[in-house]
Amino acid sequence: MAYVAEAPKESFRLSMLIYDTRFRSITIQVIVLILALLFVGWLTDNTIKNLAAKDKDINFSFLWNRAGYDIDQQLIPYTNDSTHGRAAVVGLLNTLVVAFFGCILATIIGVFAGVLRLSNNWLVARIMTVYVEIFRNVPLLLWIILAFTVFSETRPEPKDYKITAPMVELVKQKMTEEGETLPPDFKVTPRMVSSYADELEAAGIEPPQTEIFFGTVAVTNRGSNIPMPLLSRPLGGFEVAGVPISFSVLAVFALLAASIFVSRKLSRRAAAIQEETGVRPVIWWKNLAIIVLPVSLLLWAMGLHWEIPGFATDEFGVSKGFNIVGGINVAHSFTALLIALSLYTGAYIAEAVRGGILAISRGQTEAAYALGLRPGKTMRLVILPQALRVIIPPLISQYLNLTKNTTLGMAISYLDLKGTLGGITLNQTGRELECMLLMMLIYLILSLIISSLMNVFNTAMKLKER
Amino acid sequence: MTESSIAFARTEMLPQQEPPLSERGIVKWLHENLFSGWMNSILTLLGLLSVFLIVKRALPWLLYGVWDANSLAECREAVAAMAGPDAHGACWAMIRERWHQFLFGFYPMDQYWRPVLAFALMIVALAPVLYYGLRRINMLMVGIVGVLMVLALIGVGTDAAHLLVAVGVFAAIFAVAAAAPTKLVWVTILFPAVGFFLLWGGSVWGPIGALAGFAIFGAVWSLLQKKLGVVVAAGVGLVVAAMWWLVVQTKVTTVLHEFLPAGLPSVDSDQFGGFLLAFVIGVTAIAASLPLGILLALGRRSDMLLVKTLSVGFIEFIRGVPLITMLFVASLLLQYFLPPQTNFDLILRVIILVTLFASAYIAEVIRGGLAALPRGQYEAADALGLDYWQAQRLIIMPQALKISIPGIVSSFIGLFKDTTLVALVGLADPLQGITKIVRADINWKGIYWEPLIFVGVIFFIVCFSMSRYSMYLERKLKRDHR
Repeated sequence: MAYVAEAPKESFRLSMLIYDTRFRSITIQVIVLILALLFVGWLTDNTIKNLAAKDKDINFSFLWNRAGYDIDQQLIPYTNDSTHGRAAVVGLLNTLVVAFFGCILATIIGVFAGVLRLSNNWLVARIMTVYVEIFRNVPLLLWIILAFTVFSETRPEPKDYKITAPMVELVKQKMTEEGETLPPDFKVTPRMVSSYADELEAAGIEPPQTEIFFGTVAVTNRGSNIPMPLLSRPLGGFEVAGVPISFSVLAVFALLAASIFVSRKLSRRAAAIQEETGVRPVIWWKNLAIIVLPVSLLLWAMGLHWEIPGFATDEFGVSKGFNIVGGINVAHSFTALLIALSLYTGAYIAEAVRGGILAISRGQTEAAYALGLRPGKTMRLVILPQALRVIIPPLISQYLNLTKNTTLGMAISYLDLKGTLGGITLNQTGRELECMLLMMLIYLILSLIISSLMNVFNTAMKLKER
Repeated sequence: MTESSIAFARTEMLPQQEPPLSERGIVKWLHENLFSGWMNSILTLLGLLSVFLIVKRALPWLLYGVWDANSLAECREAVAAMAGPDAHGACWAMIRERWHQFLFGFYPMDQYWRPVLAFALMIVALAPVLYYGLRRINMLMVGIVGVLMVLALIGVGTDAAHLLVAVGVFAAIFAVAAAAPTKLVWVTILFPAVGFFLLWGGSVWGPIGALAGFAIFGAVWSLLQKKLGVVVAAGVGLVVAAMWWLVVQTKVTTVLHEFLPAGLPSVDSDQFGGFLLAFVIGVTAIAASLPLGILLALGRRSDMLLVKTLSVGFIEFIRGVPLITMLFVASLLLQYFLPPQTNFDLILRVIILVTLFASAYIAEVIRGGLAALPRGQYEAADALGLDYWQAQRLIIMPQALKISIPGIVSSFIGLFKDTTLVALVGLADPLQGITKIVRADINWKGIYWEPLIFVGVIFFIVCFSMSRYSMYLERKLKRDHR
C-alpha cells in the first residue's frame, strides 16, 4: 500500500478557475465585468450610430435658448422669453411644491385614518377601512382625473359670480323698502346681494354664486382664487439670478426661528424643573406667546393686509370684466393633484401607522391605563412615540412614492419637471436623449436627498441601544 | 352557633336575572361601540353625517340609472321622464354600448374569442402555481373557468366552430387535471407561447420556434449542468439558444410555414386596448419580474463585489426615477440604444421597461425576506453540503418567498394599477385612452362619471381580490405559532 507522504504539490490548472471556490468568484466577476462592459459598449455604439444617422449630437446648449411657452403656475418669475433651463427650474419647483404640501397633508390624513381605523368606534373604524381599501385598490391616475373633473366640471363659471345692474337695482330697492336711506353713491357689496338671494329669485333673476370661507375664496371652473398677503411697508429686497429675495420674508423666517429657539429653551428648562421637583410648570401659553407674538408684531409693523379676489366693480357695485381678479390664482391642476396624491398616499400611510401601532405590545397600553392616563394621552404619549420607530421606514418610501407620483400631473396638464423639461421642451427642441437623461438624473438626486434626510431622522428616532 | 340564630337562609338558588337593560343587547352594543364617551359620540355623529351626505347624493343618481339609450341626451330625457326635470341619473347606457372597447380596445370583433380563451387559459395556467398538485381544487378551478369561459364566449358572440375548439381545449385540460394534476404545470410552461399566439395571431410556427429555443436552452443546460456548474451551463445554454433565436429560427420557421401554413389572422399591437392591454402588460410584467427580481436580490446579497455593485446600482437607479420616465424611455429613447433599424412595437417596449421597473421593487421585497431568515438556515444548508444554487432552491428561497408574499403581492397590485400610465405614452388603456375615445363621440360628449366608475370598479375587484388572496396565502403558509 502506498502512502502519500505529503499533500500533492499545488499546481495551477486552468480548470481550477471553475471548480476551485477560491478562484471561481474571481472568474465569475471577470466574466460579468466583461459582459457588462460589452453591454455598455454596445449601447453606446448603438447610440452614437443612431445619433449620426439622425444627424444629431449630444448638446445641452438648448437649455440657454428661449423657451417660448407659458407656464401658468410659477414660483419664480418666468415669461415665455425665459430660457428652457429656467422653465425646467420652474417645473422642478412646481414638482417640489406639490410634493412638499402633499407629504404634509398625506401624513396628517394617514395618521388620523390609521389611528381611527383602530378606534373602538365601530362606525368610524369601518368608514376608515372603506377609505383605505378603496384608495389603495384603485389606480392613482383615476383619483387625479376624478378630482380634476370634479373641479372643472361641477364648479360654476366665473361669470356666475358677476353682480349685474338689475341685481344692484333690486337690492337697493329692497333696502329702501326696509326703511334704510341710501346715499346716491351707495355701493352694493356681494354679501348684500347674496343676503337677498330669495328676493332675487322671486324677481326672476338668478342670484350670483358666492365665495366660500366668508367671501374670501372663489372656486370657479377655471381655478381657485385665494386671498394674497400684501405688505404696505415692505423692507425691500434684492435679486439673485432673476429670483427676487425679499428682506421681509427673510425677517419673518429669522424671527420665527429665533422664537422657536427660545421656546425650545423654555421647554428644556421646564423639563429640568420637572426632573428636579417632579412638578412640570405650565408653559404652553408662554410658548404660544413667544412664537406667535413677535411675528404678529413684525407683520403688523410691516402693514400686512390681504388682497381679496373678486370682480372689479364700478361705483355702484356692478361687476366689470370677464374674470375674477386679485388674490392668488391656484390652478385646478395643482389642487386636484394635491388632493388626489394626499388622499391616495394617505391611505398607504394609514396602513403603515396601523401596522406600527399594532406592533406595540398591548401591555404598553395597559401599563399606561394603570398609570391613569386617558386613551387619548396614552396614544399621544406612550403608543405613538414607540410606534414611530416602526412607522418611519415605510413612511420614507411613501414620501418617495408621492414625490415620484407627482409626474402623473401630466395627465391633467400640471407643468412640473416632467411637463416642462420632459414635455414641452423635449417636444420643441427634439432633444429626447438630453432631456430624458437630465430629468431622470434630477429625479434620482431628489429621491436620494429625500431618503437621506429621512434616514437622518430615522437614526435620530431610533432606540438608543448599546 | 345554632340553626335558629340565623334569621333567614335561602336554600335554593334564585333564578338568574336578565342583565340590566344598559348591559345587554343592542343598547350595550351601541353604548360600547358608538357612544362610549363624548369624543366617540362626536365621531359617530360626524361619521353618520358624512355617510348620509354621500348616500343622499349618490343613491338617487344610482337609482335613476339608465341602461337603454343611444346618447347622453336620451339618457337625460329618460331620467327626467322617470324622476322629474331636476333629478340626476347615471347613464350606464354608455357602458352597454361601449363595453367591448373598454374590455378589448380595437381588437377585431369577430376575433374576441381569442382574448377570452387566452384569459381563461391564463387562469388555468395559474392554477398549478397557486395549488400545485391538488387534484380536487385544480379540477374545480378548470371546470369553473371553463363554464365561465363558455358563457363569456357566447356573450361576445363567438361562432360555433371556435366555441367547440375552446371547449375541446378545456376538456383536454380537465382530463389532465383529473388524471395527473401535477402535469398541469405544462399548461403554465406552454402558456406564454400559446397566449402570444392567440392574442397576436400570425403563423403558428413563430411561437413554436421561440419555444424550441427554450427547449434547446433547457437541453443544453441539463446536459452541461453536472459538468460545468449551474451558472456556466446556463450561460452556454443561453448562447446556444440565442444563436437559434437570432440566426436559425426565422429560416426554419419560414420553411415550415411554407410547407404547412397554419395560423390565425394577425392582429396589430395598436389594436390592443382597454383591459386587454392592462392585463397583457400587467400579467407579462408580473410573470417576468419575479424571476428577475429574485436574481437581483441574490445579486445584491452576493459576496462578489462587482455583482453586488451592479445589482445595487440597477435597483437604486430604477427605484429613484418615476415610472413615467421609464415609459418615456420606452417610447422615445429605446430606439437610440438598440441597433439602427430595429423597430419593434410599443407594447413590447413598454412591457420590457415595466418589467425592469417592477423587478427592482420585487428585488427589494425579496431582499427583506432573505434578511429576515435566521443565519442558521444558511449555515445548515452549507453543513448539509448543498451548493449555492441547491441551497437557494431547497432551503432559502421557499422560506424567503413565503416571508415576502405580502410585499410581492402588493408590488403586483401596484404594477397592475400602474398599467393605466401607459395612456401617457399613447396606448389605449381603459382609464384614459378609451375614456377619451368614448367622450370624443358626439353622442357621449360630456359624460365623465360613468366611465371612471366602471373602470374603477373593475380595478378595485381585481386588486382587492389579489390582496385578499395574499392574506389567505399568508395564513395558510404560516408555520410558526405566534
